[in-house]
Amino acid sequence: MVHLIDRRSSSRGRSAVNRERFLRRYKAHVQSAVRKLVGERRLADIEQGGDVHVPRKDIAEPSFGFGHGGDREFVLPGNREYVTGDRIPRPQGGGSGAGGGDGGDGDSEDAFVFSLSREEFMQIFFDDLELPRLARTELGRTEHRTSVRAGYARTGVPANLAIVRTLTQSLARRIAIDGSLRREAEDLERAFGAAAAAGRSAHAAHAYAELQRIERKLERVPFIDEPDLRYRNRVMRPEPVARAVMFCLMDVSASMDEDKKDLAKRFFTLLYLFLTRKYGEVDLVFIRHTEDAEEVDEDTFFHDTRSGGTVVYSALDLAEKIRGERYVRGWNVYVAQASDGDAFGADPARSARFLRDRLLPAARYYTYLELAAESDSGRSSTLWAEYARVATESGNLAMRRATRRDEIYPVFRELFRKDTQ
Amino acid sequence: MTALSHGADWDFELIERYDTAIAGVADEFGLDTYPNQIEIITSEQMLDAYASSGLPVGYPHWSYGKEFIRNEQAYRHGMQGLAYEIVINSDPCIAYLMEENTMAMQALVIAHACYGHNSFFKGNHLFRQWTSADAIVDYLVFARHYVMDCEERYGAAAVEEVLDACHALMAHGVDRYRRPAAPTLRAETARLKAREENRERQFNDLWRTLPGAPAAAASKAKREVFPPEPEENILYFVEKHSPKLEPWQRELVRIVRKLAQYFHPQGQTKVMNEGWATFWHYTILNRLHMKGLVDDAFMIEFLKSHTNVIAQPAFDSRGYGGINPYALGFALFSDIRRICERPDAEDRAWFPDLAGTDWRRSLDFAMRNFKDESFIAQYLSPRLMREFHLFAVADRVEDDALVVDSIHDEHGYRRLRRLLAAQYAIENRVPDVQVVRYDRDGDRSLTLRFARRRGRPLSDAAEEVVAHLHRLWGFAVRLETVDGDEQIGRALECAA
Repeated sequence: MVHLIDRRSSSRGRSAVNRERFLRRYKAHVQSAVRKLVGERRLADIEQGGDVHVPRKDIAEPSFGFGHGGDREFVLPGNREYVTGDRIPRPQGGGSGAGGGDGGDGDSEDAFVFSLSREEFMQIFFDDLELPRLARTELGRTEHRTSVRAGYARTGVPANLAIVRTLTQSLARRIAIDGSLRREAEDLERAFGAAAAAGRSAHAAHAYAELQRIERKLERVPFIDEPDLRYRNRVMRPEPVARAVMFCLMDVSASMDEDKKDLAKRFFTLLYLFLTRKYGEVDLVFIRHTEDAEEVDEDTFFHDTRSGGTVVYSALDLAEKIRGERYVRGWNVYVAQASDGDAFGADPARSARFLRDRLLPAARYYTYLELAAESDSGRSSTLWAEYARVATESGNLAMRRATRRDEIYPVFRELFRKDTQ
Repeated sequence: MTALSHGADWDFELIERYDTAIAGVADEFGLDTYPNQIEIITSEQMLDAYASSGLPVGYPHWSYGKEFIRNEQAYRHGMQGLAYEIVINSDPCIAYLMEENTMAMQALVIAHACYGHNSFFKGNHLFRQWTSADAIVDYLVFARHYVMDCEERYGAAAVEEVLDACHALMAHGVDRYRRPAAPTLRAETARLKAREENRERQFNDLWRTLPGAPAAAASKAKREVFPPEPEENILYFVEKHSPKLEPWQRELVRIVRKLAQYFHPQGQTKVMNEGWATFWHYTILNRLHMKGLVDDAFMIEFLKSHTNVIAQPAFDSRGYGGINPYALGFALFSDIRRICERPDAEDRAWFPDLAGTDWRRSLDFAMRNFKDESFIAQYLSPRLMREFHLFAVADRVEDDALVVDSIHDEHGYRRLRRLLAAQYAIENRVPDVQVVRYDRDGDRSLTLRFARRRGRPLSDAAEEVVAHLHRLWGFAVRLETVDGDEQIGRALECAA
């Protein structure tokens, strides 16, 4: 009589959709929390989840209720010493006592705190970001194919049987075969009728036999025959894919002190996470430079400590060389450069010229992030000045400056904001 | 008889055996229940169920997400345990059992939810009047699909706006008193026919010759106040009369209104409902023990959690969170049984009609015919007031201190009981705000009236609620406050 159901294996996370709605509604709070976290965290922990604080008054759901004031009585349990007529000083803070039976949720002003999972964190992190001007026109080297509908075929597996089409075929065939037979049958029937009416029994018997023969023939026409069968046909078509490569150029010269290096690494960590999460197929080339440039793997790029002088040109030259060797045709090329802009002598001008003539024409988008100490944030470097001149001429060079940790994330977002036209 | 099981482990077969035993005892006591459907769920699923007020299906809304996050957070950090059970007022009555519970706890929950709450849902007049247990799950499924369908067609933001506004008015979306049932087609036709016949009988051609009434009177009559009587169900009024809502928006208002109405009896019978269920799990499990069906270890575990459930901390202790409905309700029902079985002189004086009667009958009568307010007013005995050490405190504007109004003594019993009952009265929990005017022929503005009593004002959230209502209404919305016949302050207005 009792109906016992084991629901343990059925859907969990029924509230996931509601949770997601909640996050969407408080997106602004969540985003500012993410920004703060990115600024505060150690590099290795950047992609962990984290706590978000939302002021309680922002998420209150209003309804008509009683405010403070007016006359009322309330009943409390646990009297020990009071007798009728005793006077109790009002509790401090304007509250009206311990509340009646209304559960006492307490109107504490503290924030509503909840944790974001790693996935949610990353999603918000990269919300509305994209690689600008990505062209999806080139045919990919990797065989990326999709299956598309391509009419009907006479052969195929039963699962692909196109029933309506098959029946249409069957109907057409039956009409074609039956038609003449049916007409013949009708004629014979008339002949039989006429013969029977006229009393010519031999004639009638002949017509009757003929009629029977044709009807047997009609019966043998199959409802669905092998030639009727039609199958949905699918073919594989190669898909144009966006192939992209990102060159990460980082200045690790001695003038880049620990703080600046931390800023640069933070920037590239964000870039790295963004690209590997959102664009699975993007190639990454890591180049670090002092007075000479070298290509390194990501581990060395992020964790090795090396330092020396500064020649920016060397990095640009190496990037261009690698591009010429590996990414010649059909690639979307992106470059991100981070430096403190401390370049000397002919280097800034030469770099800017090289950038304008060689790298920029080949690149879709070039970002330059200049890291400055807070003390000299107003002053621009020689490299910045040279680059700025190039930027006014060409549309695909974006430049930003960052001095503090918490600026990295906003700057990053600005650089890779989704184009909303 | 030998015990059904020993130890904490349970399996499905064992649960069924316990259920059979409990059902047997419940039958002995004459509990009338809907058929039961017991579902075993995990703690995660329990958190899910929490967020949607225990409903098995719900429409998506951010506020449920907030609820979910809040509970999950509290649970993860160990600040809050999960309820042992959730039970849904439906036919069959659905109860959730958590897989983490021990056998003793499962038995407790079955007795509490599947026989206690279940019989209350089936018997109490408020539930009988306001909820149709056989239809609620189907309606929830419909609501969910409808809301999701609207989101697809009109966008999640548009739907959310309507739902937010409706939620703000949810407490004012219920009928507190029963409307007459909608007339059936046949009754309506018969009524119209009778009216027509009456007119024919009264017909006199002479009336036609009388001079017509002045035109001004006619137009004045046209502009009479609408609605003719104030309407307490604001959401109902919006659904029926809002000049701007699209049909789908109206349907959303209706869905929220129906849900509010469904929960309405639960809010008014918290003490009774929990008290009844607690009384019965206590009575049933003790009976099982008496019959030797459960062992002593089982009883020790059961009594431990039972004691926790009915604990009532004093007002000045740290864990105080208002009067515990489980404690008060359990005490009330147990006390009725005591008065029936072993009345003393005081009981005979206070409850002459109750003392010495058949406790089963009296308890059943109490369960069926009351709500918290009237139940307390009827049955709270002086002995209970002493046991709970109840006292009333008056908070008055003109007094700079709180005054102890009455305590559990000879002079205070009656007043104390009346005050405690009033504390559960709906008018002391939800402010009396009603629709008084809809300017149909003018600027289409809507006027609400808050009837202030004893100077208790509305909270600041009122302004936001009016803004929400304005969103639903589409034209100006005014909220005026009156105390008696006198208008107080300026009306809160949200212009068109």
